[in-house]
Amino acid sequence: MGIETKNQEIETSMRDLARNLLSEKKVDVIIGYTQGTVPLSSSPIMITKEEDVDKLTWNNLCYVNLAKYLVPQIPQLVDPEGGNLKIGIISKGCVGRALIHLAVEKQINLDNIKIIGIPCNGIINRKKIEKEIGEKEILEVSASGNDIVVKGKDFEQKFPFDDYINELCKVCKVKSPPTKASLTEACIGECQEVTSVEDDFADISDFESKTSEEKWDYIKNLLEPCTRCYACREACPMCYCSLCFVDQNKPIWFGKTTDLSDIIVFHLIRAMHLAGRCVACGACSSVCPMGIDLNIITRKLEKIVKERFDFTSGIDNETLPPMMAFSMDDSEEFMLEED
Amino acid sequence: MRVQTEQKTSKSEGWEPKIIAFLCNWCSYAGADLAGVSRIQYPPNIRIVRVPCSGRVNPYFIIKSLTDGWDGVVISGCHPGDCHYISGNLVARRRFAILNELLEFFGIEPDRVNFMWASAAEGERFAVLIRKATEKVKNLGPNKKFEKNW
Repeated sequence: MGIETKNQEIETSMRDLARNLLSEKKVDVIIGYTQGTVPLSSSPIMITKEEDVDKLTWNNLCYVNLAKYLVPQIPQLVDPEGGNLKIGIISKGCVGRALIHLAVEKQINLDNIKIIGIPCNGIINRKKIEKEIGEKEILEVSASGNDIVVKGKDFEQKFPFDDYINELCKVCKVKSPPTKASLTEACIGECQEVTSVEDDFADISDFESKTSEEKWDYIKNLLEPCTRCYACREACPMCYCSLCFVDQNKPIWFGKTTDLSDIIVFHLIRAMHLAGRCVACGACSSVCPMGIDLNIITRKLEKIVKERFDFTSGIDNETLPPMMAFSMDDSEEFMLEED
Repeated sequence: MRVQTEQKTSKSEGWEPKIIAFLCNWCSYAGADLAGVSRIQYPPNIRIVRVPCSGRVNPYFIIKSLTDGWDGVVISGCHPGDCHYISGNLVARRRFAILNELLEFFGIEPDRVNFMWASAAEGERFAVLIRKATEKVKNLGPNKKFEKNW
């Protein structure tokens, strides 16, 4: 079965489900994806009326992590009468993980949230395609069989789907929300319950075996184009601090120059803040205007918490994340000792 | 607290590293004091900053020290289980473990940042560990890679 038929099936059942939930007043608003204003994009949408349900779409360009709109709650999701709005949320695997993790951090109350699970087969790497197309203008993007078809004024180019999805999606083990059945309102297609995630992190181990100089050069070249627009922070479902350390000016934590050290400090500290929290949705890389792919840092964070603390974020809503806990028996092989 | 760049010459010209040390008030700071009053020699390369607990050391302190031109960083706290605030050093240990791995992953020499435990009674151990840390940083040479240049 081709990607387009699969997506269409999901889309039809998603719309039916959304219509039912709205008409039965089980939810007051549904957060989902709709067609973007330009090709090769999508935008989030809040649906409150039954007749608007057909605006909902599902395709492999739905890169936004919708959990972002719940913390802090955007005005459309706040009940004017002061009650609790019941929110339905279209969730691919990583949105589900983000919701669970936000609930663990006590940022959202899952009782008011209906998770509509969707099996996701990967998000298209927009930057990679844009790079290959170059200066030409993209007018239409569609899927056919196992290819992504990009059309413009006098050209048509096919990209094999499996090669042109995000690096994180290639190794993703949580395709649909990993919620326990009681948390999920409904799942479309073959949703599975995920209890643990096994991963060998071969790509990261490869990188780690390089020398300091090689690693530094790679990171330097990767992050050099960064203009620090903070789009990655804005798209990240876990970056919900009301005052980010980069905006703080008493004390000024963080230099405002475009010097490489300031750029790297931003990414290093952001990585620190996301340790044990990042749900590997890849939204940060998808929204980067400079096309920086942060997946290597994301994967490293996952590897650290998996190996040190045997924890995967957003799978389980009962275990405390490693940075919210401590133990007498933590390993300390990195500490300096007398010979 | 920026380190003067003109002092930073190459390894061969008798260069001495400058190391900033964040010491816990309740143990390592007293440990350093004990090393002093016991007349145990340790390298004069460290500059001590007294903090209330190793848990007070924000990872940003460490990274900021490196961008400000310090050649090395030492963080020392109470042994696990001995924290004046019960669990500050245990929280810090998890943080340092992650920071240490990330620094290494970013290609910043992990030997520049040294974590250690030293109690108030361990003046000798403190001196030994500081000697070891200084030696490590000395072998790496001046911190040019991560220093802010503008």
